[in-house]
Amino acid sequence: MAPPASSETAAYVALGRVGKTYASPRGPVAALVDINLDIRPQEFVSVVGPSGCGKSTLLKLVAGLEGTTSGTIDIGGKPLDGTPDRLGVVFQRDVLLDWRTILDNVLLSIEFTRKPTADERARAAALLNRFGLGGFEHRFPWELSGGMRQRASICRALLADPDLLLMDEPFGALDAMTRDDLNIELAQIWQDTRKTLLFITHSIAEAVFLSDRVVMMSKAPGMVVDVITIDLPRPRLLAVRDTPEFAAYVHRIRHHFAELGIVKE
Amino acid sequence: MMRFAWRLFLGDNETRDVVVVLAAALVLWEIGVYVFQPSPLILPAPSAIFAAFLETPGLFLRHLGFTLWMTCLGFVLAVVIGVALAVGIVYSKFLERTIYTLLVALNSIPKVALAPLFVIWMGTGPEPKVAIALMLAIFPIVIDMVLGLRSVDPDMLALAKVSKASSWAVLIKIRFPCALPSLFAGMKVAISFALVGAIVGEFVAGSRGIGFQILVAQGQFDTVRVFVSLLLLGVVGTILFFLVDYAERLSLPWHVSQRGRHQSSADRA
Repeated sequence: MAPPASSETAAYVALGRVGKTYASPRGPVAALVDINLDIRPQEFVSVVGPSGCGKSTLLKLVAGLEGTTSGTIDIGGKPLDGTPDRLGVVFQRDVLLDWRTILDNVLLSIEFTRKPTADERARAAALLNRFGLGGFEHRFPWELSGGMRQRASICRALLADPDLLLMDEPFGALDAMTRDDLNIELAQIWQDTRKTLLFITHSIAEAVFLSDRVVMMSKAPGMVVDVITIDLPRPRLLAVRDTPEFAAYVHRIRHHFAELGIVKE
Repeated sequence: MMRFAWRLFLGDNETRDVVVVLAAALVLWEIGVYVFQPSPLILPAPSAIFAAFLETPGLFLRHLGFTLWMTCLGFVLAVVIGVALAVGIVYSKFLERTIYTLLVALNSIPKVALAPLFVIWMGTGPEPKVAIALMLAIFPIVIDMVLGLRSVDPDMLALAKVSKASSWAVLIKIRFPCALPSLFAGMKVAISFALVGAIVGEFVAGSRGIGFQILVAQGQFDTVRVFVSLLLLGVVGTILFFLVDYAERLSLPWHVSQRGRHQSSADRA
């Protein structure tokens, strides 16, 4: 297992005073203000905040899908130029292509630039198997449940073995039980692969369960109001959610949000 | 080929319905003519129409073949040019502002009225027929294809971008397959338009085709032969439509509109 990330390690993702302003008919609208955030290599960082707080915008900026209005983003020690290399992204909707089998959908991230090798095909099949989708490789997305589809889309993001994984409320559209399953599976796969991971969610419990650190964001315009280090032992099983430590973290974050008037207590 | 024809006409309930409904309409028509005895100049009975066809089937089929050929040429050209234009329009702001604007403006004038102009430009041979068929058919194809190419999930495009996909890869792997259902919707409208275009072309000038046959029969007040031509057009138009429909089923087994199509026919059986 990789050594735990220490605070001295150079950040893999470094945001310095990042701001994002959109033009609108009623003048400029600030979506993000002065975001400072360092994500260390192999660290799992979640961003929680009320809807519309700009947390998805934050992910889009790190993914290079949108440009910043101010501030700097460095990835792997270099200023971000275009989209980062070796990046995997998972969205809230699985965006699988209906005309491709599950296996071909997983291979798509490679197929965009070149023909996948036999080795990569085998890897894709192994990943699907790892996520409980063995036997579904040649099925089509519409033959699968929402949870299975989202698993496939995570496999797609993992296939190219990215250094950085961005997830934008990946389990937001799933039912509670499927969501629990996927939380455990994601925790396990992260434990095994130790990707640097930026995870956007509106669920405090999900953020605490999965993360090394939880970034709390304010209502729009989005600002970082606090960063909480989650010091729960790993590997984490679902039972950790019944511990008083877990409850204390969740309470602390929710209380903090309430104090700021962001949520009602 | 036999199996294909079988499936097309009788193989599933949907097409069998079409055949049964049309046959029933013909029977009602026959009874109506028998009961009300209209002048054959106004409305001949289906039996008389069939008899007239059987007098000179070769003549009708030869002219029908010409019309069909004009229709298909115009249609295929409309698909090829229309798809190319749509891709250009979606990828180029300039083409969108120029060609697309022009197309939308042109679409609002009755294009049939341009037919005489094509005769002046191209003479009385096959060319103006193909051109008019093409002109009528290309609009639904371009408009539906542009819509289809644009209806891609923005998250999918974001995924392509972070995977460093080239615009060519995005076109081939995402936009084009995504646009296929729209393209087929456009093609179903376009195939009927192409037939209209070919007939109009034959009306305006020339000495071949079913449109020409109708004009000749009209000149002789030979209502029966007008009806033979009309029924043949109806049959051919229906077959052309179902050919496009069949092509759609073969190409888009994954699409929502096609899923469980077999299932539902089986349920009804």
